[in-house]
Amino acid sequence: MLEKLDLSWIDYLIMLIYFVFVLGIGWFLRKYMKNANAFLEAGRSIPAWVAGLAFISTNLGALEVMGMTGSGMKYGMLTTHFYWIGAIPAMIFLAVFMMPFYYGSKARSVPEFLKLRYDEKTRGLNAILFAVMTILASGISMYALAILMEKVLGWDFNISLWVSALIVLGYTYLGGLSSAIYNEVLQFFIIVIGLLPLVFLSLKDVGGWAGLKESLAPISTDMGYAADAWTTTWKYSGHATSNPLGVEWFGILFGLGFVLSFGYWCTNFLIVQRAFAAESVTASRKVPLIGAIPKMFIPFLIIVPGIISLALWKDPSKNFVMPLDAGGKPIYDYTIIMLLRQYLPAGVLGLGITALLASFMSGMAGNVSAFNTVWTYDIYQSYIRRPTGNEEADGKHYLNVGRVATIFGVLLSIAAAYIATKFGNIMDFLQTIFSMINAPLFAVIFLGMFWRRTTGHAAFIGLLSGFLLALLHHGLTVPEGATTLVKGGWLGVVHTYPVEMAQNFWTAIIAFSSATLITVFLSLVTRQIKTEDDLRGLVYSLTPRLKEENVPWYQRPAGLAVIVAVICIILSIMFW
Amino acid sequence: MVDIRIPIGLMFTILGVLITVFGLSTHSNSEMYLRSLGVNVNIIMGIFMLVFGLIMLYLARKKKDPGTADG
Repeated sequence: MLEKLDLSWIDYLIMLIYFVFVLGIGWFLRKYMKNANAFLEAGRSIPAWVAGLAFISTNLGALEVMGMTGSGMKYGMLTTHFYWIGAIPAMIFLAVFMMPFYYGSKARSVPEFLKLRYDEKTRGLNAILFAVMTILASGISMYALAILMEKVLGWDFNISLWVSALIVLGYTYLGGLSSAIYNEVLQFFIIVIGLLPLVFLSLKDVGGWAGLKESLAPISTDMGYAADAWTTTWKYSGHATSNPLGVEWFGILFGLGFVLSFGYWCTNFLIVQRAFAAESVTASRKVPLIGAIPKMFIPFLIIVPGIISLALWKDPSKNFVMPLDAGGKPIYDYTIIMLLRQYLPAGVLGLGITALLASFMSGMAGNVSAFNTVWTYDIYQSYIRRPTGNEEADGKHYLNVGRVATIFGVLLSIAAAYIATKFGNIMDFLQTIFSMINAPLFAVIFLGMFWRRTTGHAAFIGLLSGFLLALLHHGLTVPEGATTLVKGGWLGVVHTYPVEMAQNFWTAIIAFSSATLITVFLSLVTRQIKTEDDLRGLVYSLTPRLKEENVPWYQRPAGLAVIVAVICIILSIMFW
Repeated sequence: MVDIRIPIGLMFTILGVLITVFGLSTHSNSEMYLRSLGVNVNIIMGIFMLVFGLIMLYLARKKKDPGTADG
């Protein structure tokens, strides 16, 4: 099958230097890790710009980089919907409307916020689901990366799995969340700089954006779409069948733009934890907004090269190889590494491979540092050993628990990676499950923050039934051409979607809508046990507004939010 | 606690020098740069990284305590 890509000594040297620095940062920070608060919450002392870059870097994991480049090839510029209509509005909402309650509540995690706002059972349900899902996610990304390295570089699967996992363990064990965050900033720059030559060389090769449009036109019409279907975003979203994504504007706007993205960005503790670590409430509100600025431009780094790869692949003179699956379709996850192989000579090639490793590590360290916090505070401290009251001894004890949880988190992720090797399909199924869990969670947190009547019983049932109804929807529908039950229809087929993406969006929409309706209804018929005092700082109407009179408008979160929104709208119009 | 710009600056300075020197020493090897469309990307990226690294170090030196500054 694939001819192996040989790396030279310089490429390995670059990787080695990178490894020395990430471990060095952990080693340097180890002396600050005196208690659980320093280890698991970074002592709430991180400057906004550092946390902001970490915020998007932790999302820029291996699955994101591989997946988005692949989606660029598969769906074209429509993939940017995941950024410009998906992530950015959700990040703005999180910053402006939700961070004051998250941060102001003094909760140390999202499950703990649920405990403060609702009750123990809602926290317990969320904490356990989150812990399990986080480990599986980190295992899957580890598996995806190791298999890529094996197929393309000929690296031994077991060795790349263990070495990369142990490096992440090394620096998160030594320096906890601070180490994860500081390294994410370093990794962010390595990812951007490492992939930058790819963008320029591939664009140069196809004759720039204009040349790309020209070479894609016949390919696009061949597949039954308009000539510019791969290089536009909203233009063909009137009908699901007229764009390669296979979803119409309503599904994009409500399913992706609202439910999926708000569910992910506003409730996923892995992401939100970076803002929790900020040094003040104002800093924490700026975190998602500072992150949003580079986030808007990441499509040019990873999606545009993916689109170019379609033009390359269809042009025999370019000699661009893509591994194919049994059905003769390209395996889209390989797009990024095949591009690296196409364009980068020794030297920058090592930098590009290091960028992929860095993206993997930033994602995995995010998972591990979120897992150990939820395990220590929301599971161990609540159900296994409560605080004794001696603050110093407790701090030390929970620090040790956090450290042990870090080791276990990494070992369990490795186990999950091996499970993924046995069941290749589990990856798709878990992705679907994530959206079923996140969408109801967003409904419940949103209602909790903005409607004081919302009760604990209602939230718990809403969370659970939103998930179960989404599962039911998945069991009754299939995307066209599905061959395995993992894709849905395991209870019989009631409806067939044209593409999997449409099914995913609608699963999330159902999860969110049913969770909202059920929570609202049950809140009206159950008694609110929490008093107004309990809810102060947690609910909008009971929380005093933040004062920012002495700050110029562009330094206020709302001012920054406007700047971000305007740039995002300009980008959307430019590529309409 | 730590100014992250120092390790970032150091790493990119080292990598920048390394890749620039490698680019210069392989400059006559036109076969190697066929892949990158005849462009010696090592020299370009090397210098870019060196400049980026030095700017990071300069910013870290200029402001001893960035912990209180916002980006």
